Amino acid sequence: MTTLATEPALLTLTDVSKHFSIPSPRALRPTERKVLRAVDGVSLSIAPGETFALVGESGSGKSTLGRIAVRLSEPTSGTVTFSGQDVTHYSGRQLRRLRPRMQVIFQDPLGALNPRMTAGKIVAEPLQAIGGLRGSALDDRVDELFRAVGLDPAQRLARPRTLSGGQRQRVGIARAIALNPDLILADEAVSALDVSVQAQIANLLDELRENLGIGYLFIAHGLPIVRQLAQRIGVMYLGRLVECGPADEVLRNPRHPYTRALIGASPVARRRARRERVVLAGDPPNPLSPPSGCRFRTRCPQAMDLCASQPPPTVEITPGYTAECHLLQ
Amino acid sequence: MRAQRRKGPASAVVDGVSFSLNRGETTCVVGESGSGKSVTARAIMGLTRLEPALSVSGEIWFDGKPLHQMDNPSVARLRGRDIAMVFQEPMSSLDPLFTVGSQLTESLRRRHGKLPNQNLRTRLLALLSDVGIPDGERVLRSRPHELSGGMCQRVMIAAALAGEPDLLIADEPTTALDVTVQAGILALLERIRTERGMAVLLVTHDMGVAAEVADQVLVMYSGRIVENASADEVFESPRHPYTAGLLSCVPALEGEKPSVLPTIPGSMPSPEQRPPGCAFHPRCARSADRCSTETPLQTQKPGLEYACWNPIEPTFLPMPTADVPTHTAQAPKEDAR
Ligand SMILES: Nc1ncnc2c1ncn2[C@@H]1O[C@H](COP(=O)(O)OP(=O)(O)OP(=O)(O)O)[C@@H](O)[C@H]1O
Ligand SMILES: Nc1ncnc2c1ncn2[C@@H]1O[C@H](COP(=O)(O)OP(=O)(O)OP(=O)(O)O)[C@@H](O)[C@H]1O
Ligand code: SF4
Ligand code: SF4
Ligand SMILES: [Mg+2]
Ligand SMILES: [Mg+2]
Repeated sequence: MTTLATEPALLTLTDVSKHFSIPSPRALRPTERKVLRAVDGVSLSIAPGETFALVGESGSGKSTLGRIAVRLSEPTSGTVTFSGQDVTHYSGRQLRRLRPRMQVIFQDPLGALNPRMTAGKIVAEPLQAIGGLRGSALDDRVDELFRAVGLDPAQRLARPRTLSGGQRQRVGIARAIALNPDLILADEAVSALDVSVQAQIANLLDELRENLGIGYLFIAHGLPIVRQLAQRIGVMYLGRLVECGPADEVLRNPRHPYTRALIGASPVARRRARRERVVLAGDPPNPLSPPSGCRFRTRCPQAMDLCASQPPPTVEITPGYTAECHLLQ
Repeated sequence: MRAQRRKGPASAVVDGVSFSLNRGETTCVVGESGSGKSVTARAIMGLTRLEPALSVSGEIWFDGKPLHQMDNPSVARLRGRDIAMVFQEPMSSLDPLFTVGSQLTESLRRRHGKLPNQNLRTRLLALLSDVGIPDGERVLRSRPHELSGGMCQRVMIAAALAGEPDLLIADEPTTALDVTVQAGILALLERIRTERGMAVLLVTHDMGVAAEVADQVLVMYSGRIVENASADEVFESPRHPYTAGLLSCVPALEGEKPSVLPTIPGSMPSPEQRPPGCAFHPRCARSADRCSTETPLQTQKPGLEYACWNPIEPTFLPMPTADVPTHTAQAPKEDAR
């Protein structure tokens, strides 16, 4: 249903890049700087009410891309289109007007929440500051939000420190949905939680998607939780989106060798499902000097001569499903 | 074994924990955050002695020796030699100021005393190649921050192996790593366990990791071991409702996908708020009257222990052939034309 081409996308990233200029580590002259291509020419789109999951190696650019998607940072090049508007270079007032519609849930709810505020104040703040709610209307809305995320409104007076990890994440979610956003960036929002709590929060996020039509950009490193939540998956490696398509398809029949390795290396809590563990040779390369040609070639079990000289093309496997690899041509 | 905080309410953070580890086997300690996994691991190493806030009682026997009766210097001598430990954050356990080479040399000395330089170099390179580092020369000269997380963890394991330990304790050694790198470290641990016949105690909160490598599994909940059994038993036919609950909330990568994930209601209590009787009873669907008043006794069967008044009946496993996936879901290939 969300793959209908006629449906306007909620968010579209077109050829987005983010380059950081950093001092090179062993520079002879301190002014010598290198360019780190954290995100390098990524295009993707998210439909309303859809969960799009970004997975991939640490340092591959998932958080950097996520921050661009909700315009917490500006891309070096490329465009960000939100609900049909080009918001790439929004700033100041324009950005503030956009903010309620794009929210973020972080990994560490305690770090993201002000420790001196009560849970109730944390949720009430955006409602007052941006929503302009006061008095009993404000109180009612906060209670409603607490119940929506499975918290007892009596916990409004609790401080973040005294809440459990799952409860803190619920407070973070209540705050994020307070202004009825269309898009939420959930960056490792369930990764640090215990499995039993992770399942509760995952169910909550999915319920909010169905009931409120929220779209998610869901960043995670665990594939099982991604399979449970996402309709579409994007796999990143060293700043490139190497495979992107419907979640079920990508997980059942991955086309890119890195995706295959990632799936093969994912531990599965089933004894008889134990498969041959895929062990990639070597470590992820230094992002400051990525390999020539295909960036995965230094670890790819199927690398050929061509892979070192030519960057692989983006191949469309089916409409809305792409992968970047010479083998697919 | 019992570990108690010295200050504040006298609630044990680890209570009545008993188990044994076998040579050549991997035992995984699983359970949620705060269940007492790390305290248990540190207690075996004698590291809790260095923590004034904790008081540990009970017996720890290692290779016929009563560690609990030994003085601090004797335990310190065993540590890093016969018993070695690898932690979650390799960066913070390695000294940022010293090269990998000098830190590994220190570990080798603890077992072998002073070695002649030529001999030392060969041994260091052999150690690094053993943990899957081919360009040892470069790594020996590097400082920890110049290496990736996976590389640092390999160095930590090399340092642990330098003492030729009989027991390797690894506390969440792969939690901070990518799954592709994690797979390499787990394979490495398995290889050296088989080659050297050591016992490995692996602490993890990831049931998937335990399913991949464990021979034996200890499930901890709120400071107690609630189930201790072979990995096959634990994953195929868990007896304790908490074990079963933990397994059911982990989403799968294959097979039927539930529209809503099963969950365990509530969360694990802190040691201060541990309810009487079975600590799991407020969250347990099988709880009976006595569960809220009487602490469940350990039921012991051959190769299997659990602490529950109303355990789950064992299921009889269907033949593995019934589990072969069907291939009807595969997309038609070129020959469909
Ligand atoms: N502000 C910055 N300045 C310089 N480099 C940065 C900055 N932010 C990120 N990077 C670099 O960009 C690359 C991508 O980082 P990013 O945080 O997006 O990765 P990630 O995929 O989210 O990784 P993880 O899974 O570890 O969170 C990394 O090499 C990182 O060091
Ligand atoms: N040095 C200490 N002094 C006092 N209390 C401690 C100390 N170390 C641990 N605790 C307490 O003991 C309990 C068990 O902690 P432990 O670190 O063993 O949990 P864990 O199972 O390893 O959790 P995690 O998965 O988060 O690492 C916790 O309630 C913790 O607060
Ligand atoms: S392009 Fe070559 S190196 Fe890259 S993934 Fe494909 S086969 Fe491997
Ligand atoms: S003892 Fe009772 S409450 Fe505890 S796990 Fe068993 S059935 Fe549940
Ligand atoms: Mg990140
Ligand atoms: Mg721990």
